[in-house]
Amino acid sequence: MHEKTLAELSAGLQAGDFSSVELTRHYLDRIGRLDPQLNSFITVTADQALVQAEAADARIAAGEAGSLTGIPLAHKDIFCTEGIRTSCGSKMLENFVSPYDATVVANLADAGMVMLGKTNMDEFAMGSSNETSYYGPVRNPWNTECVPGGSSGGSAAAVAARLAPVATGTDTGGSIRQPAALTGITGLKPTYGRCSRYGMIAFASSLDQAGPMARTAEDAALLLGGMAGFDGRDSTSAERAVDDYVSGLDAPLQGLRVGLVREFMENDLDGAIAGSAEAVIAELRRQGAEIVEISLPNVHLSVSAYYVVAPAECSSNLSRFDGVRYGHRCENPHDLEDLYKRSRSEGFGVEVKRRIMIGTYALSAGFYDAYYIKAQKVRQLIAADFRAAFEQVDVIASPTAPGTAFRIGQKTDDPVSMYLQDIYTIAVNLAGLPGMSIPAPQVDGMPVGFQLIGNLFDEARLLNVAHRIQSETDWHRQTPEGV
Amino acid sequence: MSLSQDDVEKIAHLARLAVAPDEGAALSRDLSNILDLVAQMETVDTGGVEPMAHPLEMHQRLRPDEVTETDQRERYMSNAPQAENGLFLVPRVIE
Amino acid sequence: MQWETVIGLEIHTQLATNSKIFSGSPTAFGAEPNTQANLVDLAMPGVLPALNRRAVEFAVRFGRAIEAHVAERSVFERKNYFYPDLPKGYQISQAELPIVGRGHVEIVMDDGEVKTVGVTRAHLEEDAGKSLHEDFHGMTGIDLNRAGTPLLEIVSEPDMRSAKEAVAYARKIHQIVTYIGISDGNMQEGSFRCDANVSVRPKGQEELGTRTELKNINSFRFLERAINYEIERQIDLIEDGGRVVQETRLYDANKDETRSMRSKEEANDYRYFPDPDLLPVVIDQAFMDAVTADMPELPDVRRARFQAQYDLSPVDANILTATRATADYFEAVAEVSGDARIAANWVMGELAAALNKEGRDIEQSPVDAQALAGLLVRIRDNTISGKIAKQVFEAMWSGEGTADEVIEAKGLKQITDTGAIEALVDEVIAANPQQVDNYRNAEPEKRPKMIGFFVGQIMKKSQGKANPQQVNALLREKLGE
Repeated sequence: MHEKTLAELSAGLQAGDFSSVELTRHYLDRIGRLDPQLNSFITVTADQALVQAEAADARIAAGEAGSLTGIPLAHKDIFCTEGIRTSCGSKMLENFVSPYDATVVANLADAGMVMLGKTNMDEFAMGSSNETSYYGPVRNPWNTECVPGGSSGGSAAAVAARLAPVATGTDTGGSIRQPAALTGITGLKPTYGRCSRYGMIAFASSLDQAGPMARTAEDAALLLGGMAGFDGRDSTSAERAVDDYVSGLDAPLQGLRVGLVREFMENDLDGAIAGSAEAVIAELRRQGAEIVEISLPNVHLSVSAYYVVAPAECSSNLSRFDGVRYGHRCENPHDLEDLYKRSRSEGFGVEVKRRIMIGTYALSAGFYDAYYIKAQKVRQLIAADFRAAFEQVDVIASPTAPGTAFRIGQKTDDPVSMYLQDIYTIAVNLAGLPGMSIPAPQVDGMPVGFQLIGNLFDEARLLNVAHRIQSETDWHRQTPEGV
Repeated sequence: MSLSQDDVEKIAHLARLAVAPDEGAALSRDLSNILDLVAQMETVDTGGVEPMAHPLEMHQRLRPDEVTETDQRERYMSNAPQAENGLFLVPRVIE
Repeated sequence: MQWETVIGLEIHTQLATNSKIFSGSPTAFGAEPNTQANLVDLAMPGVLPALNRRAVEFAVRFGRAIEAHVAERSVFERKNYFYPDLPKGYQISQAELPIVGRGHVEIVMDDGEVKTVGVTRAHLEEDAGKSLHEDFHGMTGIDLNRAGTPLLEIVSEPDMRSAKEAVAYARKIHQIVTYIGISDGNMQEGSFRCDANVSVRPKGQEELGTRTELKNINSFRFLERAINYEIERQIDLIEDGGRVVQETRLYDANKDETRSMRSKEEANDYRYFPDPDLLPVVIDQAFMDAVTADMPELPDVRRARFQAQYDLSPVDANILTATRATADYFEAVAEVSGDARIAANWVMGELAAALNKEGRDIEQSPVDAQALAGLLVRIRDNTISGKIAKQVFEAMWSGEGTADEVIEAKGLKQITDTGAIEALVDEVIAANPQQVDNYRNAEPEKRPKMIGFFVGQIMKKSQGKANPQQVNALLREKLGE
C-alpha cells in the first residue's frame, strides 16, 4: 500500500479496496518499525489518527468524501496542533501542548485527512540539515550516515521512506525544497500569502510559507489544494481564490519558455549536479519547451540579504519564549533577568541563539540602516530581477541545492558553509515567489533536486511542468533501499 | 566586520541570552563570519531603492470591531510554568 | 535669574472599541485576571495580529478633530523589549509613519488668553498587561487582560510654558477625545494617562534645557502638581550648581514629589522595525469621507452654536460645553423644557451645586435631563414658582420621584386662583395698617421696594405657593395704584 501515491490511495479508498483505518494502521506500523533508524517523527499520534481514520471511513461510506479524505499525513512539528505537543524541534517547547490548531492543520483535518504525527525539524526551522533539532538529527533514508536536509527534514525523510504518503513542510529559505532534493521527493513552496501562516510558529514572518511534500507533483497538487486558502486571521494571507491545481497537470509543454539562470549555472556549480540538471532540461526541450538563458544580476546577494532579514525577524519573533506563559523555564530564577536569560539560554540551541544574536545586532541602534534597511533594498533589487525575468519566460529552472546530502556532522562547525546550502533557493523566498523541487537523475546513488520557480501565484503552472516531466521520466520513482 | 566579546555581551543582554565564558570567543568568531557574508551587500548601490518589507503589494485588511473570544483561561494557562489565582507568576518585579 | 519652563505632553488615550486592537477579545474594565486574554493576547506560538477597523477609524477621527494631516499610508512597527506584562517581547506601535501627523488645538487660559498648542503626531499602539505586586510568595502576578487594548498616543510639541498651560492642553485633548466618542476618558481606570516632558532654561535662551519625563500621571490635579514640583526641583538643582539628568521620573502623589525610576535607567535600544505580520494601513478618500460623515460635533463648534442658538454668553457657553455629557444634558433640558435660559441657569446653578457637593459627574446625576426638564416645565406653566422648584429638585435628587409626583405628594401646586389670592392679600393688608399707611405716603420710586414686605407676608401665609406675579399685581391694585 505504501508504494501507492496519494492519488492512487484516494482511488483505493473510494473503491473500497481498503479502509482509512487499515491504511492508517499500515503507516503507523511502518513508522513503528522503521522510524527508530530515521528519527523523522518527534511525536506519533496513533490514537488520534485512528479516531480520525474512523471518521474518514464514515464519510467515505456516506459518499461525502473528497480526494484527501482518509489519507494519512504527517505535519511538520512547526504547526500548532490542538491537544498535541508542538515542539518546533526545540527544548523550549518540549512540554508545550498547543491549545489550538494552525489553519493549515484545520483545513486538512476538515478535508478528512488523518494525522499520523509531528515530524522532526531543525529547531525553529533554523537549519539546512536537521541537525539543530533538540530531538536528534534525522537520517536520510538513502544513506543513514547523511542528513536529509532541512529544516523540513523529518517530513522529507518520512515521505521518502514511505512512512507517510505526504507531509506538510515550511520554507523560509529553502526548507521544503532543499530536503526534498536531498531525499528524492517533490516539494513545493507556494507564493507568499497562499497558505495561512496562522498557527505556524514564526521564524521569519515575511519569508515563511507552508507547502506540500509528496512523492509526485500530482500528490503535491492535491495536498496544496487542501492547504491553501485565504485566512482572515493572517493579515498577509492573499485574498484570492485557490486555483484548481489538478485539472491542468497534463497540459503539454509545447512553447513553454524556461529560463536558465546564468549566474546559477556559472558560479562554482558542481559538475555532477549540473549534469543532472542538464538531463531534466533536455527532457523539457524534448517536450517542446523553449530554453532561454536569463540573468538575475543581483541574485548573488540573496544569501547576504537573507542572513539579515531572517535573523532580524526571528530575533523579535522568538522574544515571546520567555518562560512566563508557556515553554521552558529555568529552575529557581533569582530575579526577572535571570529568569529570562537562563530560560532562553537553556531552551534554545546554539544555531537559534546565533541567529537571534545576529538579528538583534542588525536591528540595534546605529546598525539598522546599514543592515536591515540595506537588506530590504537588496531584496527589492532581487524581486525586480525576477519581475524582469518573467517578462521573458514562464518558469525559471535551476538546481535546488549545490550538492547531494552531506554527512551528519560535516558542516556543523561552520555555519556559513551550511548557509550556502540554500544559495539557489533563498532568492525565491525574498521575492515571495513559488518554487518547487523535483527529483532529477541521481548522482552516486544519492538524490538530486531540480528547482522550478514560477511567477507570483503561478503554482498551477509549476505543478503542470513538474507533472509533465514526471509523466515521462522515472527519476521520482526511485526508492531507497530497505524501505 | 568583527565583533568583540564586549559587543557580543551587549547584544546577548539585549536579546536576554546568557553567554557562558567559554562560549564567548566561538560566538564572536561565528558572528563575525556571518557579518562578513552579509557585508557582500555593500557591493551593490541601492541609492533610490525602496526597502521591500513584504513580498506582496497588499494593504492591511481591517477586521470588524467584534468580540469573538470567550474566556478560556483554564485551557490557555495549562502550559504556564507557574500560575496562581489566574495570574502568571514571575520573580518580583521592582519598579 | 528668570527661568522659563518648557513642557510637552504625551497622552495615552484608550480607544473605546469593543474588542482589542489585534484580537477579538473584549476590552471591558475590571474582569477577573486573564479572562480576557486569548491566544493572540497571550502571544501563543504561531498567532498573528488582525487589525481592528474601529481603532483605525477612531484615530482618523481624532486626526480630523485637530485638523491634522492623516497619513494615506502608515506602518506598524515593533518596539522590542522584555517585560513580563509584554507577552510578545515587543509592543506593536507606530514609529516612523504614524497615522496622524501634525495638528493643533487651541487652549483658553483663565485670563481669556487663547493659545495654540501643536500636536506633533498621534499613533496607534497596543497597551501592555498589568503587573500585580501583592504578595505571591515574593513573586509578581501578571494579568494580561489589558494587553492589546487599543491606545492612541498623542504627542504634543514642547509648546507649553507652565503647569497651568499643560493642564489646559490635557483637558482640551480630554474634551476632544470624549466629544468625538473615541475614548471614555476615564482617568481612574487608566483610559487617559499623561506623561510630561519638562525642562527649564534661562529666559531668553533659545536652546532647550535637559528634560525629564514624568510618567503615568492619572489626574489633572496631579499633572499640575507633578510639573510644578519638577520645575522647582530642576531650578533648585541648577541654581545649586547641579545638572539635570535626562531620566524618567515617577510622581508620588502621597509625598507630592517626583523620584527617579532607577530600574528603567538602563539605556534601552528598542530595535524598531516594520512588523512583518502587518501590512501598511492605507486610508483612502472613501475612508476619510466615511469618518467625516460620522464625526460628532466638536467642542469649539458646539460652543459657538450654543452662543448663537440659545443666546448664551461666551462664559456660559463655555461652561455648558465643557464636557460632551454636560452639553448633551443641557441641550436635552433646553429642548424638552422649551426654555434655554432657564435650562442654562438650572444646569449651571442648582444641578452643578448638587453634583459638586457630592463630587459626582453629570453622567451620575440622580436627576437626569428628562427629569430636570419636567421640573422646569412646571415653572414655566406656573404650576410652581422658582423657589418651590428648588424644594422639588431636592426631593427629586433624593429619589422621591418625578417633579409632578413630588408636587402632587407634597401639595406644592401654586395657587393661581385669583379669589384665593385676593383673600390672602386682603388679609395681609388688614393686618398691617401701619405698613399700608407708610406705603401709601411714600415716594412712588420707593414703593416697589416696600411692596416686598407684603409679598413676603403673603408667600409665608401661602407656604410659598401663591403665584408671585398675581400677588404683586393684586397688591399694587389694592394698595391704591
